[in-house]
Amino acid sequence: MARDTLTGSRIRERRVMAGMRQAELARNVGISASYLNLIEHNRRRIGGKLLMDIAQVLNVETSLLSEGAEAALIATLRESAADIGSLQVELDRVDEFAGRFPGWAALIAEQHRRLGSLERTAATLTDRLTHDPHLATSMHEMLTMVTAIRSTAGILADTKEIEPEWRNRFHRNLNEDSQRLAESSQQLVAYLDEAGDAGASLTLPQEDVQAMMESNKFRFDQLENASEVEMTTFLETQSDLTSSAARNLAGVALKQLAVDARIMPLEEMRARVGEGPIDPVAIARAFGATLPAVFRRLAVVSDEVLPMPLGLVMCDGSGTLMLRKPVEGFPLPRFSAACPKWPLFQALSRPMRPLRQRVTVTGRDARQFECFAVTKPVGRLEVNVDPLYHSYMLIVPVEGAVEAGREVGSTCRVCPSRDCEGRREPSLLAGGI
Amino acid sequence: MGKSVLLIEDEPNIIEAISFILSRDGWAVATHSNGHDAVGVVQDKLPDLVILDVMLPGKSGYDILRELRDLDATRNLPVLMLTARGQVKDREMAERAGASRFMTKPFSNAEVLEAVRELVQP
Repeated sequence: MARDTLTGSRIRERRVMAGMRQAELARNVGISASYLNLIEHNRRRIGGKLLMDIAQVLNVETSLLSEGAEAALIATLRESAADIGSLQVELDRVDEFAGRFPGWAALIAEQHRRLGSLERTAATLTDRLTHDPHLATSMHEMLTMVTAIRSTAGILADTKEIEPEWRNRFHRNLNEDSQRLAESSQQLVAYLDEAGDAGASLTLPQEDVQAMMESNKFRFDQLENASEVEMTTFLETQSDLTSSAARNLAGVALKQLAVDARIMPLEEMRARVGEGPIDPVAIARAFGATLPAVFRRLAVVSDEVLPMPLGLVMCDGSGTLMLRKPVEGFPLPRFSAACPKWPLFQALSRPMRPLRQRVTVTGRDARQFECFAVTKPVGRLEVNVDPLYHSYMLIVPVEGAVEAGREVGSTCRVCPSRDCEGRREPSLLAGGI
Repeated sequence: MGKSVLLIEDEPNIIEAISFILSRDGWAVATHSNGHDAVGVVQDKLPDLVILDVMLPGKSGYDILRELRDLDATRNLPVLMLTARGQVKDREMAERAGASRFMTKPFSNAEVLEAVRELVQP
């Protein structure tokens, strides 16, 4: 949906932010509440004097309703403001700021992202220092040797009368311990140097894989029939993959995508999905593929074979997002935890039972999506051993929606939903405006 | 014969150095260098004080101390713990396990002597 067709959604969002009831706004601009409801759901176009009147009542620039500003940019600005809670930031004018000074707004957003990245780097380094077993063992050995040297040297220095036999023994001990200390110090320095060079990695392997996927726009047609050597060569040339762990993880994911592609070739997918609404179950039957495979394949080829791209998100049993193919209007949090209302997480509680759910994403655009989700076990099944699970969710944008969807957010911090039982932290929108 | 100290430590040169300074100060010093049978050795010797390293082969000093505190004969035995880690959580772990005193490496001879004298009154 083009942004200029979302004026109604922006009116609704501004009205909610202003704490105004639909009927009250309708009365103020001289229209019925039901007509305003149609406008707010983008089912009636709006412009001219009525739009100006609504803007005036809502105390915003008309252009903010008709054009808006980039939703992701505004969400990042809000997050940035929340992180510096001690400053009084004019959150209610964030749209105006992003609209009037897009360059400065983008700069703040970029700085915020960079700060987040640096904070994670610092946390990773601290974690490494605290938990690295090699480092802990090395330090313990060195301190033990320093203790022996200090104690022995103290005896030699402080004991006025010491038998030659003991003196010789302590001299020998000093010599041995100082040699061991020198060797341990060199080994420790070499280890720290290596750890620093390896980029060992300050980013998580999953993040590297995600970056690599996005750099390639999730398309790897050249690898569909790649040999092991060709696959390895490809992985080694990907600058986003900064560690062997990331390359291994990416290799597994790419091999899976290659298998999907061989089962569901591009042209056959093009023919099948052009026949009507997206029906993953029918596609799975037609190709003899699993639903997760169909979700992955649809998400990958949708940019080419469908009028609008589809999104995909995958998580493990802990709810950790492991793969994200974003789709416009359905923000996928990069670091913070996602909305627990996503069908993705509901599917975790009912493995192997696919579900389909219409959702409305809270926020500026209030767009609707048809979500298909399924959870499947990972690895071989063993008797009396609970399997691990991966859950997949295919995100299909819905044009001109007429039925209400379940409200879901991106992450609590930027979700305006009130009275949500799943809320983990206050919303910047509900509490800050 | 002076009061007795059992030193449980796996680094030979530290054993030698501490044994020397304690012996010179009049203590009867026995040593042991692994963790897995350390509790039995303490029970056999029943010294006036145990100096116990945290990181030992076979069993950690914390586990040894917990077992000693569960035994009637060693419940109140003074134990000086030695460790290369001086973080607050390590000190707390030592206290929870029942350490009488906690000393971080590298320590000086004078500090060891002072601690031993304080823990065992002649």
